This record gives sequence, C-alpha cells and structure tokens, in this order.
Amino acid sequence: MSDLPPEQVPDGVPITINGKELVAEKGELIIDAAERHGVYIPRFCYHPRMRPVGMCRMCICEVDTGRGPALLPTCMLECTPGMVVNTESPVTAKAQEGVLEFLLINHPLDCPVCDKGGECPLQDQTFAYGPGESRYIEEKRHKEKPIAISDLVLLDRERCILCDRCTRFAKEVAGDPLIHFMHRGNNTEVNVFPDEPFASYFSGNTAQICPVGALTTTTYRFRARPWDLEVTESTCQTCGVGCRLAIDSSRDQVLRYEGVDIDPVNWGWLCDKGRFNFQAIQSEDRLRNPLLKGPNGFEVITWGQAMRRAADMLSEALSSTGPDGIGIVGGARLTNESAYAWAKLAKGVLGTDNVDARLGDELPHELVLGVPKATIDEVCRPGGTILYFGPDPKEELPVLYLRLRHAVIQDSATLIEVSPVRTGLTPLARHFLQHRPGEVHEAVRALIHGIPQGRDGGGVDPAQLGLARAAVEQAAASGSLTVVVGRQSIAESSDWVTDAVATLVRAFPEVKFLTLLRRGNVHGALDMGLAPGLLPGRVALDQARDWYGAAWPTVPAGPGLDTAGILQAAADGKINTLVLLGADPLTDFPDRQLAAQALQKVPQIIAVDLFLNQSVQAADLVLAAAGFSEVEGTATNLEGRVSVLNQKVTPPGTARSDWIIAAELARRLDSDLGLESADDIWGEIEQLAPSHHGVTLDALFAPEAADGIVISTGEPAPGRPPTVRFEPGSPLDPPAPDAYSLRLVANRKLYDLGTFTQASPALANLAPGTKLRVNPYDFERLGVPEGRVLKVKSVRGAISVEVVTDPDVLRGTAAIHVNQPGALVTDLIDARLRVTDIRIEVGEVA
Amino acid sequence: MSRLSTENVEVAREIIARYPRPKSALIPLLHLAQEQDGYVTSEAMAHIAELVGCTPAEVLGTCSFYEMFKLHPVGRYLVNICTNISCMLCGGEELLEHAEKRLGIKAGNTTEDGLFTLEEVECIAACTEAPSLQVNYRYFHKVTHDDFDRLVDDLRAGRLDDEIPPHGTLARVRQSIPSDRRAGIAPPEQVTSEPVWLRNFESPSRAQGAAE
Ligand code: SF4
Ligand code: SF4
Ligand code: FES
Ligand code: FES
Repeated sequence: MSDLPPEQVPDGVPITINGKELVAEKGELIIDAAERHGVYIPRFCYHPRMRPVGMCRMCICEVDTGRGPALLPTCMLECTPGMVVNTESPVTAKAQEGVLEFLLINHPLDCPVCDKGGECPLQDQTFAYGPGESRYIEEKRHKEKPIAISDLVLLDRERCILCDRCTRFAKEVAGDPLIHFMHRGNNTEVNVFPDEPFASYFSGNTAQICPVGALTTTTYRFRARPWDLEVTESTCQTCGVGCRLAIDSSRDQVLRYEGVDIDPVNWGWLCDKGRFNFQAIQSEDRLRNPLLKGPNGFEVITWGQAMRRAADMLSEALSSTGPDGIGIVGGARLTNESAYAWAKLAKGVLGTDNVDARLGDELPHELVLGVPKATIDEVCRPGGTILYFGPDPKEELPVLYLRLRHAVIQDSATLIEVSPVRTGLTPLARHFLQHRPGEVHEAVRALIHGIPQGRDGGGVDPAQLGLARAAVEQAAASGSLTVVVGRQSIAESSDWVTDAVATLVRAFPEVKFLTLLRRGNVHGALDMGLAPGLLPGRVALDQARDWYGAAWPTVPAGPGLDTAGILQAAADGKINTLVLLGADPLTDFPDRQLAAQALQKVPQIIAVDLFLNQSVQAADLVLAAAGFSEVEGTATNLEGRVSVLNQKVTPPGTARSDWIIAAELARRLDSDLGLESADDIWGEIEQLAPSHHGVTLDALFAPEAADGIVISTGEPAPGRPPTVRFEPGSPLDPPAPDAYSLRLVANRKLYDLGTFTQASPALANLAPGTKLRVNPYDFERLGVPEGRVLKVKSVRGAISVEVVTDPDVLRGTAAIHVNQPGALVTDLIDARLRVTDIRIEVGEVA
Repeated sequence: MSRLSTENVEVAREIIARYPRPKSALIPLLHLAQEQDGYVTSEAMAHIAELVGCTPAEVLGTCSFYEMFKLHPVGRYLVNICTNISCMLCGGEELLEHAEKRLGIKAGNTTEDGLFTLEEVECIAACTEAPSLQVNYRYFHKVTHDDFDRLVDDLRAGRLDDEIPPHGTLARVRQSIPSDRRAGIAPPEQVTSEPVWLRNFESPSRAQGAAE
C-alpha cells in the first residue's frame, strides 16, 4: 500500500489500477475511475445515470483496500486512498468467467434471432471475458416468448439477466414503478401487474439500456441487424427540449432513434413520443410532390410549375395589396438555416413583417429573447430553488421533467410550483400555489410582495404562500433562485405570464429564466427573426433596420402582425396570400373558429408541409418539404442551445428542403437570397445576426461543441445593433370575475392528434381522449349525475363533452385537455380575450 | 375477488398509522387481505397499492416474493408436510405419500371440496419432533399415519375449529397499539418540512454532509 501523506492528496484520491498509479476523484466509483483512465471493467447492471446496485457481479475485480486483496464489485466501491485494483489478474478473470457462466445457465441460445445480437453486452462480454464453453447440460428455464408489457415494449423473460436496469429506471428515473421483480430465487422475473401495463412516457429507454435482448420495442423488433445500421447524431425536434439522439438507419430508412448522453440536456434519455415518431418520417402519407388544387381536388405538378405558381401568387399579392397583404405563419419545424432563408425571403424580399413562427400558444418573443437566460443545468443545479410556472412538463417537455425530477429528488433542489391545476410536477413541489386561471401574475406578485390590500393573490392558500415566500426570499438573497416560465394554458393570453415575469424582473434583476417553448425549433425561428417586429439575431426591426437594409434587398416598413393578428386580418379580408410554413392552425391555434374563418376567407393559401393535414387541405398550392433526418442544418432548443442536425435519409419523392424552396421563390421574384447551401446560410447568419456573431461553422463542429453552443444574450458585438431586452410593462389587474361561469384551463397531453403522432402507428392510438373536470361543488349545482355528456358554452362556441368531478380542480375552474379525439376544445377559445369563461348546460350541442 | 372490506380498510388504516411511512405497512396489509379471502387477490393488491401510495406492481413484487402469500385460492386448510433431512429420516416422505393417498390429491393441489391444500415443504424448524407438519402454520409433531387420518377427520368434522382458523388467519387476537405509542404520520397537508422522499433518496453528498 502506498502511504501518501494527506497533504499530497488535495482533491484527488491516489489509487493503483493494474500497476498504474492514478488519481481518482473524491467519491468516484472504481468502475468510473478505471474507465476514465482507459481501463474498461465489464458490467451489466451499472449505468452511470442510475445509482449502482451491485446486482450482476460482472464488475468484480481483485481490490486491495488495505486488508489484502478481495473480489469486490467495483461499481459499488468508492475509491479510497491507496487502493490497489487489478482488473486483469487470474483471480479476477476466473471470477468474471464464473459470473458469465452463471448468467448463461438459463440464457437461451437466441443470438441468431435476437435483435440485440451484434450490440449485446452479454454477447460481447461473454466473447471477451467468458469461459469459452459451458459445463451446464441441464434443461434451461422456459418462459412464454415475448409478452407485451406496454403498447410499445415487449419483454422476453428467458433472456433477462435480472440486472435491475429497467426496473431501476422505471422507479428511480421515470418515477413510474410499473415494472418490478416478481417471485423469488430461480423464479425471479421482471413483470407488470396484470392489466396494468408499463404505460410510462419513458418506457422506450428501458429497451435501450437493457444489456440483453430481453426488452425490445415493437417498432424495431426483427427490423434490422445492428451491423447493418448506419448511425448519425442529431437532435430531436419534437419538442423544445432538444434531446440529442442517434438516427439509426439502413437502406435509406430510419429504423429507430436511440438517446445520446449529453450532459447539459437529456443524459441519454428520450421520451416515447420523441423516440417512436420516427415512423412519421416514413409514413405513406408523406407529401411526395407539389400539389395544385384544381376543380377535381389536388393534382401533382412539377416543381417548376409549383414555383412559378407560388411566385405568381406572391407577386399578385404584392401588386394588389402590398407586402402587408402577405402573411406567413409557422416555421418552428424548420432548421435555423431554413428559418433564416424564409425570414430573408419574407422580410428582405417580399417586405412583409406579418410573419410568426408561433401559433398563439408560445411565449412572446420579447420575453424569450429578452430576459436573462438560464440553462437546464443552471435550473437543476444541486441545492437550487426553482420557481416554476408553465405547462405540465411531464406532458409537454418530458425529458425536462426527468431533469427537474432528478434535481428535486437526488440533488435537493427546492421546487415551488405556481399553477392553476395540478401537474406531473406537483408531487415534487415543496410548495404548490394553486391559483385561479388567468391570475398567475397575481399569485407571483403575492409570492414576492405579499398579498396586496383588497386582493387575494389569485386565490392561493395563504399558509402555503407564506412558506413559499420565505423560500423564494432566501433563495433570491443567496443567488440560488432560477425561474422556469411558460404558458400554463392555451385558453388564456400570454399577458398574464408576461406580467408575472415583469414582477420578477423588477424584484430580482439578477435572476435568470428558462423560457419554455413547446415546439421543436421555435427558439431558432425566433432567433432567425420569424416573428413580427424582429430581425435575425434577436434584434428589433426598428433598431436593426439600417444594419439589415445594407445587406438585404429591402426591410419591412414597420412591425407586422403575429399569428392571431394575421388570422384576424385574413378573416377580415385584409390578407391576400397566406403561407402556412409547416403550420396547422386549425388543429394547433387556440382559437379554431378564427383559424377556420381565416382559411376560408383568404383568397390564396400556399402550404409548405410534410403532410396534408387539416389546414393544408385548405391550401391552393402545396409544396412538399423535406423533414427531420432528411435535411442538414442546425436547431436551437429552449435554452438557446444550437446543435447540429444531420441528414441521413433522402426525402420522399421530390420533397425539398425549406430553404431551397425559399431561395427558389426569391429567384422567381427576380431577387436573389444569395444562399447556396446550409453551410452558406450559417456563414451569413454568423456575419449578420448580432447574437450569433462569432459562432462559426468551425466552432459548431468543433469537438468541444458536441453538446451544442448556447447563444447568450450578452452585449452585441461592436458596430452591431443591440439585441432585444425585456421591458416590464405596467402591472395588470386581475381579469374580471364572472360568478356564473367557470374559467377554463386548457392544456395538452403527451399523445394527441398532432400530425406527427398520428402519422406514427405506434403512437396514434395512445391519445387518451378528454373530459371536462370541475370541482364537485360546482358540479353539484348542475344537478345531473356524473359522467354525462353535457354542453359546454363560451362566447365563442359550444361543444359537447363528458363532464366529471375532480376535487383537485379549484372551485370556479374547469380543466380540459385539448387536441384529443372527441371534442374540439379550441372551438371555445377566443384569441381576442385574455381568459376563457365557460358555462355548462344539460343537453348536447345540436 | 375483492378489495378490502370496509371494516378491513379501517384495520388497514390503523396498521398504516403504526409506521412512519405508509409503504412499510405493505406486508401486514397483505396478511390482512389473505385473512379476508384466504389468498391475496389482484383486487386486494390494487387496493393496498392505493392505501399505501405505491403501484400495484410494487405490491405484487413484494407479495410474490414470499411463499406464505398465496396468489391463487387454497383450501380452508393448508397442510404443509416437511420432507427435509430430519423428517425424511423419520418417515416424512412416507407421510407425504400417505397424505396424498388419503386426500386423493398430489402435493401442490387442493381437494375438490376446497377443504385441503397439500404442500411439500422444506424444514419448518421442528426437526426434533420429526416428522412434522403444519396446518395453517399450526404445528403437529411426530405425526404417524394414523395421527394424520385422525387429523383429517377432526378437521373435516370441525373439531379443531377453535385451534385452527381458516387459512390466512395468523392470529385471532388483533394486535393493537395505543395511539400515543404509534410512530404516527402527519397528514400530508400538515407536512411543511422536508418531504418524505427527500429522505428516501438522499444524495450521497448529503449523506456525507450529515456524517461529517
Ligand atoms: S429486462 Fe433487461 S434491463 Fe430489465 S432486468 Fe432484465 S436484463 Fe435487466
Ligand atoms: S423530451 Fe422533447 S426533445 Fe426530448 S425526446 Fe421527447 S420530444 Fe424529443
Ligand atoms: S456492474 Fe457491478 S455488480 Fe453489476
Ligand atoms: S427437517 Fe422437518 S422440521 Fe426440520
């Protein structure tokens, strides 16, 4: 034993592995320290993102802790000074052989037909460390071949080596312990409770981390062999979290996504929606060619015809109504490069500022781009205090939910949640402040300044408020407070959230915000100027007019309209041509009636999309776009982190990248975007967009940038226009109460009628449907039995929906999930109103 | 096929209140369920999951680990005959064979009238009295074939009802702990300090901090 005096061991722990002296970190496990120094110790149960359990014994090595060498599991032992580890000694080798022989006793000889074969730790490690042959000649254990433990995951119990990875993941990481070890000893198996499937939003991860072929996904089973797969890294674009993933493809087909472990974002996990919607890319329903609506419906046309037609439509709009007669809605699906190209086409060539990548359910861009920004890591840091008011992250930003869950449960973060309804996060919250819908600003004001005279802080519980106030005050003073902000409900305007943020910015100018955006690349689209009054690089139109005037053919005369404004103008007959840039306002915009009026009234609609969704069906001209994994470029997640997307497969038919469509349109309009490739566009972004200055292609592709680069909202480079800042407006009053109505909270479930989910057969049937939930007290007043379909009315419209009681819903509130089969909830919402009040009546809508 | 009865829910709540965390009451509650139905039904397990705040899979995981919890119906009398070393040497195997003939079933099965379930078991810690058997975990020592026949007759005739309650009843006197001596759990709405799971999942760094 080396007896290094303590003064020579500042932070490190000196240990010896295979005769080499090295320094481990304090608290580091032997298995990790060895790996960091290039010595791989075989393992099955150990997973760096979960707590070690010492289940499989594969990692045993000869370790001398000072008491003589002994065989110890290196995944369970922290390095201590002077420890001597031998991973290659004959004793270690014999022990590892023995463990493998034991594990193989009941393991079927399935390798030739097993999906894991070729990427199987059991196969690989048996080859590397195994005994070579088995002495076991008895009959092996037999179990029914795969049983479905959920709609997405199959379990072959014969193959299971009982490593506890899946069950640990379910309990420790996902918090859904719906799979468990059952029975004992030789009969132990993983299983679910009868008729209670492993319906976790994160179930696919278990198939990824299972070290054998016991867990497989329904979508990948028997589809490929690992050695035929080509692997490319990219970033999930299904929601704003932006999980890093690997696209595994073969013969130009995407076959699966696997999570890639990047430290700042997803830690290797994916949610099932992101994991399984690769199916949509290959969907038969993808648009393959441009379509023109004729008297007999859509007809396929050539790109030449389509482009000419689109250019004609836009020129006609320009000459008849001027640039303001053109509106462009959507863009969150696009890469940053495509978003820039479209921004340049819209604002720099057509001269319209009626451009919005959001669909009325995201945060205002002044807020997203203008507040001091926190990263996910900053929000989730150990011991921090998180003030959260936003959508249910478990439903809308699932892997962010995992990170928050870890922060609270494992890293002692304190969560304070302010919400009108309980969410997936609520069980984790130290303080839960439930307020009336549309009064988050009142609740937050009360949280910071106490309840003002004559108000009630949005109806929050005063006792909880007092405790939460103390926690916030203390955290703000010690600098450990971060705020996570997003839209809680699409049935109310974003003004309330903005006002709540204003209160916080005024009170704590130093505090940082994580701004939640639900769609894939909304942040990138905003960064690239796809919002009214904005130009690429987080600059306001008015302040960057000269800067862009010098580089672009033109710049819009003044700020234009957002999506609600564009749709209203279209409904009022003031828009001549509407471009749907990957947008389905009929499904996604909170006010469906307005969207429907707009689509009906507007003379010309051009849609650029992957699918013929409801809104696209109303278009006159449809341009088939290439989608995720078919285009290269970059995307920006809700932190403002830019990461590289890669192209792996060819788009169907003649579908094209969005930026190529924009460039070609500009050419047909006698202009030139001057953009030749995605790289080329990034070059121009780096040059022109003030916030992105200095983030060169080389920087993006550098090995240090593997996790992406967060674009910070610092001071702009000299000579460039200043970036947008959030200016707190004057405080809002609470919305006027209406004693005869219930105030609606409308939010989303993970699986809904969204185009991508519905185009993925594995997910299409998982949308749970919707019911209106009201407090039992409010329900009693209706005087009807529970569970009936009733008529729900607002000033905007009426729907029929089942009404049930839920004591967790506040009195005076009604809660519902949108975009579910059976009820068009957005028929109730009026985009011009700041809250949605409803009444329930007995009877059904005729 | 049943959840816990209203009375048993009362008992369950009392049992839960004895522990600092509801989940700790899992095994006593499984006994309660087995006492109610003679075996542990799926419905009861789902009900217990609700009562202690975990998933039914976790309840089944625990329940199926233990041999004494039966997941399928068993007879009113569960007869366990030991064939481990001492009993084997003293005629345990022959006793089992005799029992199979007498009851007309193989070990592991239940008589058609639903009265007897016969099981072959490992040592039941009555080696000095071999061969031994248990009926609903009540011991019978140095059992001869005649003893066995008499035992069956007595059980059939209900002559042992006082000594041997139906399968599932562990003790007929219910344990009760005065309320002032219970660990007690504050109802969640009163918990304003650190939530329970924080302690459950204490991070290594925190644990060390506490030790230092
Ligand atoms: S199914 Fe796979 S992950 Fe789960 S315990 Fe078995 S081997 Fe481990
Ligand atoms: S959390 Fe969002 S980004 Fe991550 S896998 Fe799911 S959908 Fe994709
Ligand atoms: S990896 Fe250490 S015991 Fe399994
Ligand atoms: S061997 Fe039968 S009781 Fe011990």
